[in-house]
Amino acid sequence: MTATAFKQKPNTFSASLSADKLSLKHGKISIIDQLNVTLPEGQVTAIVGPNGCGKSTLLNGLSRVHTPSSGVVMLDGKDIHSLPSKEVARRLALLPQDTLAPDGITIEELIRFGRHPHQSLLRQWAMDDQEAIKYALQAADLEGLKDRLLDTLSGGQRQRAWIAMSIAQETPLLLLDEPTSALDLGHQIEVFELIRNLSRQGKTLAMVVHDLPSACRYSDHIIAMKEGEILTQGSPKDIMTKELVRELYGVDCDLMPDPMTGSPILINIRRLKS
Amino acid sequence: MQSWFLKSPAQRPLFAVLVSALFVLALCCLLSLLFGAGGLTPQASLQTLFGNGSPDDEFTVFHLRSTRTLIGLFVGLTLGIAGALMQAVARNPLAEPGLLGVSAGSSFAVAMALVMGASTATLTVGIAQLGALIGCICVLGAARMQGQHNDPIRLVLAGAALSSLLLAMTSLILLFDQRAADEIRFWVTGSVAGRDTHTLMSVLPSMLVAAACVLYTAKPLASLALGERVAIGLGHKPRRIRGIIIIAVALLVGGATAIAGPVAFIGLVVPFAARALVGPDIRRTLWLCLPLGPIIVISADIISRLVAQPTEMPLGVLTAIVGAPVLLLIVRSRRLPTL
Repeated sequence: MTATAFKQKPNTFSASLSADKLSLKHGKISIIDQLNVTLPEGQVTAIVGPNGCGKSTLLNGLSRVHTPSSGVVMLDGKDIHSLPSKEVARRLALLPQDTLAPDGITIEELIRFGRHPHQSLLRQWAMDDQEAIKYALQAADLEGLKDRLLDTLSGGQRQRAWIAMSIAQETPLLLLDEPTSALDLGHQIEVFELIRNLSRQGKTLAMVVHDLPSACRYSDHIIAMKEGEILTQGSPKDIMTKELVRELYGVDCDLMPDPMTGSPILINIRRLKS
Repeated sequence: MQSWFLKSPAQRPLFAVLVSALFVLALCCLLSLLFGAGGLTPQASLQTLFGNGSPDDEFTVFHLRSTRTLIGLFVGLTLGIAGALMQAVARNPLAEPGLLGVSAGSSFAVAMALVMGASTATLTVGIAQLGALIGCICVLGAARMQGQHNDPIRLVLAGAALSSLLLAMTSLILLFDQRAADEIRFWVTGSVAGRDTHTLMSVLPSMLVAAACVLYTAKPLASLALGERVAIGLGHKPRRIRGIIIIAVALLVGGATAIAGPVAFIGLVVPFAARALVGPDIRRTLWLCLPLGPIIVISADIISRLVAQPTEMPLGVLTAIVGAPVLLLIVRSRRLPTL
């Protein structure tokens, strides 16, 4: 996939997303307590951290799937839970980890779902829906596959189809929960490059990522979490240190700058010697 | 021209399948007017249809058989749609109002009402629908529908338990009250015979409400098939959608039960056939259930008149004989179709 394969689509509006003293619980167990965070606009933010650190919970909280026990998530300066759900869906798209694809759904049919927030009982299907779908197919490089059944595709193509559904939603914000975790290396790159292309058009993206090296390479901003708290955040170049990696994952490593981009590369990762 | 039938179900043009189904339905309705358990031959019935019959024949064809056909149409329509809705909400291809105790809840409520002295048709319909709603909530609550982690078989087990309990309680009530027992014998087996169109008219208003509920929620319901969070991400409210659908199911099943008694397996077989023909998208499935439900009920009713001549086999018995193997087939298939 090439970055220049599709034309730019201007964003009519931008949107900001932040959390103010956000607390999230699973039942009675507190996962995140009094957290403040703002997603930098127009950038790719990667949320990283060890298993169970609350990164997916944070993403669910930011996307109003998980209702906070206290604190607020602000979308464009307003409490996200006070806005009509459809209006939120016109500004913020979410690609969760637990997507289900019904048997026999085609790529185009899947992408059509992305238009739901723009439709109503009176306004069922219009020209701009068709345009948005055409654009989403183009952006995700799926034009030739639009009539194919989703379950006949490769993992990377399938994930691109899901992202295309979010593109058709035409939101300035897109949150993704582990978009590459089930994919092999080649398919991971497909998906990450699509994410980077979307960011180049002005979308604000946030993703939960397991793989630290990919997070360094494909994000502009990293939020490093441990035990429900943000240890540090900033650009990969600024914050990535041996000490941080040790604290997050309990492993030793060496860092060197990527000769092409200057972003940090983790090498020689090994178990911590006690 | 490429034959549309060779494509995969989800890619077949809905319109073509729908028109073919409507044609078959028209044929079924005609056959239903022509064939019967009595002495009237199909040829004589046809003559009567063209206006050359005796008054007796006219009564049989235009009153008895046409009413029966109309009621079969209605029961097939409601139960087919109710089954499709329930399966989508429970994410379970085995969710069926008859198996899950929704119909049983409905007939139990009617039995209770009759014992306590109720008799007007409208009252019975409302009570049947209330019973269906309670049955629906009980069984879905008992099986704790939890999206994809839900075990399809568990829901059926909970439904079987609830059904037997309700049927046993209905029998108990009838043991104590001979009058009610005579009056509602047909509630226990299900039949489309001997009902009049008056009951049908009293059900219509609530059917319009159910239709409005379905039209309003069809699109959000389809998105629910992509996962709970995807639906929320698209701006839908899964809990509210489920609530509205459960009310629609209760109205439909209660209405059908008030008219024909508990007819099992229609809600299982009809959506199963519809999915095989047009794929799993609930909106397409629902459209096809409209003609498919009546087709199956009316043809089952025709068979029920012919197999045990000169008497008739109750419809509920026949649908069970046809439907049970389909249930076993679905359960036995290596992989339950995901909804």
